[in-house]
Amino acid sequence: MNSSTRNARILFLTLTGLLLSGCERPPTESVQLGYRGTGMQQVVNPRILEQKVALNVPPTATASAGTDGPSAGSIYQNVQVLGDLGIGQFNRLMVAMTSWVSPDEGCTYCHSAANFASDELYTKIVSRRMLQMTTEINSQWQSHVAQTGVTCYTCHRGKPVPGNVWFTDPGSARMANQGGGREHQNAAAPAVAMSSLPFDPFTPFFKDDSANIRVVSNTALPTGNRASTKQTEWTYGLMMHMSDALGVNCTFCHNSRAFADWSQSTPQRVTAWHGIEMVRALNGNYLEPLGPQYPENRLGPLGDPPKVNCGTCHQGAYKPLYGASMLTDYPALAGPAAASQ
Amino acid sequence: MSMLSFERKYRVRGGTLVGGDLFDFWVGPFYVGFFGVTALFFSVLGTLLILYGAAIGPTWNLWQINIAPPDLSYGLALAPLKEGGLWQLITICAIGAFCSWALRQAEIARKLGMGYHIPVAFSFAIFAYVTLVVIRPVLLGAWGHGFPYGIQSHLDWVSNVGYQYLHFHYNPAHMLAVSFFFTTTLALSLHGGLILSATNPKKGETVKGGEHENTFFRDTIGYSIGALGIHRLGLFLALSAGFWSAVCIVISGPFWTRGWPEWWSWWLDLPIWS
Repeated sequence: MNSSTRNARILFLTLTGLLLSGCERPPTESVQLGYRGTGMQQVVNPRILEQKVALNVPPTATASAGTDGPSAGSIYQNVQVLGDLGIGQFNRLMVAMTSWVSPDEGCTYCHSAANFASDELYTKIVSRRMLQMTTEINSQWQSHVAQTGVTCYTCHRGKPVPGNVWFTDPGSARMANQGGGREHQNAAAPAVAMSSLPFDPFTPFFKDDSANIRVVSNTALPTGNRASTKQTEWTYGLMMHMSDALGVNCTFCHNSRAFADWSQSTPQRVTAWHGIEMVRALNGNYLEPLGPQYPENRLGPLGDPPKVNCGTCHQGAYKPLYGASMLTDYPALAGPAAASQ
Repeated sequence: MSMLSFERKYRVRGGTLVGGDLFDFWVGPFYVGFFGVTALFFSVLGTLLILYGAAIGPTWNLWQINIAPPDLSYGLALAPLKEGGLWQLITICAIGAFCSWALRQAEIARKLGMGYHIPVAFSFAIFAYVTLVVIRPVLLGAWGHGFPYGIQSHLDWVSNVGYQYLHFHYNPAHMLAVSFFFTTTLALSLHGGLILSATNPKKGETVKGGEHENTFFRDTIGYSIGALGIHRLGLFLALSAGFWSAVCIVISGPFWTRGWPEWWSWWLDLPIWS
């Protein structure tokens, strides 16, 4: 074998190895979501799924406390939420919250060590608001969270600040109209599943006063739909985020032959629609108004508070924690409607 | 029936791969051969099965007739006729007919004493089809991953399968395939334009020859690949287009289950800059 053949073989093997190293391998598992032959399928790598499932296991619940005993509000001072709970249940929930949100920092992450009743720390004000948000989600947004519901752990996963929150992206330092600006795109951004699509679809779509996500015309001929290709890319960017956050592909909700048509979509699209409405409402009513409470290091580059998107709860799973409900173990978080039952 | 001048060379005995002299005859202008018989058998049977599938389906609208593969739940087993079994039989017929045709081309090439360029080239198209309906479904573990037989329905399948990987334009083999398809058409248009210009001179001028053609491209782009070379290039470009098309779909699913944009993380993560 002469040296050029040998070099060619080495080059070939190296290139093949490089190409394959970026890939996965069979066997795969697939789930059919539409009529046969439509290509509405989820193909998953069971080896990756196994890792993801292991990362999305809820912590074991502590033994439930008795319902007897005086209410927390009558024992402690300044109990503005969950005051009706029995003292045993209340303390159990406080301990659970600590393990969900600030396991390393402990009670004093939110409470002043000198006086637990004090609202001195901003984290206590935020966590109180978050408790109200949790009960609202569980009682008012069952169109999205069903009976499964959410707890602090759904987002926090043992971290004081959830791993998946978003801030308005300031974009390129240079003004776009001076040339060379990225126009909020072309950046292989994680927010849009590493595509070049506009990388901050959250600011236009996930705030209270949100832009219309729909860009598809309702009619075959032009009848006034002014949505541009550029706008479509923003919508596509948002959809990339949703796919990535849920670990699913576009056909989980849509039949791509007619993205906009509800009659050809899967039932999951209805759940997702309510999810979008929920995220907008939570950002508008809970997360944004908390802005003045935060210290500067908790704010985004433009000074806005952390906000939620699909990934905040879902974290790569089509159902957060793959559908495990922690709410049954902590019914106090189910909110006024459920708690009164 | 009268014979074309070059047919005398073609109408010779022998060169068959299967069947010896048994099918070594012509019907009118058409060579039959063993593979002519099998091609006819599979194509007639397959077409009749498609007609049967259309007859038991909801529509005779040509655009909407759809013969779909089985549900994924059947895996790699046979499905009932009306629930994907027809698709399986039609697939067998299609592969039988296409392969018969390629082998008939091979026999004709042997009769003519020429190379196997034509059957080899056609086999790339067969390979792409087999990749779609056999190799990839087998790798994914279900015939239900094949594409449906229907004018609209197969396009809907292409669209959805593309969106299974979020943004198919990021598929590296798809990039190559698309580039080769476009380059094929570019080369063909350059070549076609050249030949039409050279053979249709102005009134009073003579047809131009090879040197004139070479000169035109040397003047225009600094290089002429030549009369033989353009056909080699065309073959390479066209076969590459089909080959990388097959690769781009077979890696989608069996060798990559996530969005294609994410695949490029290996580039972003190269130790040179990460």
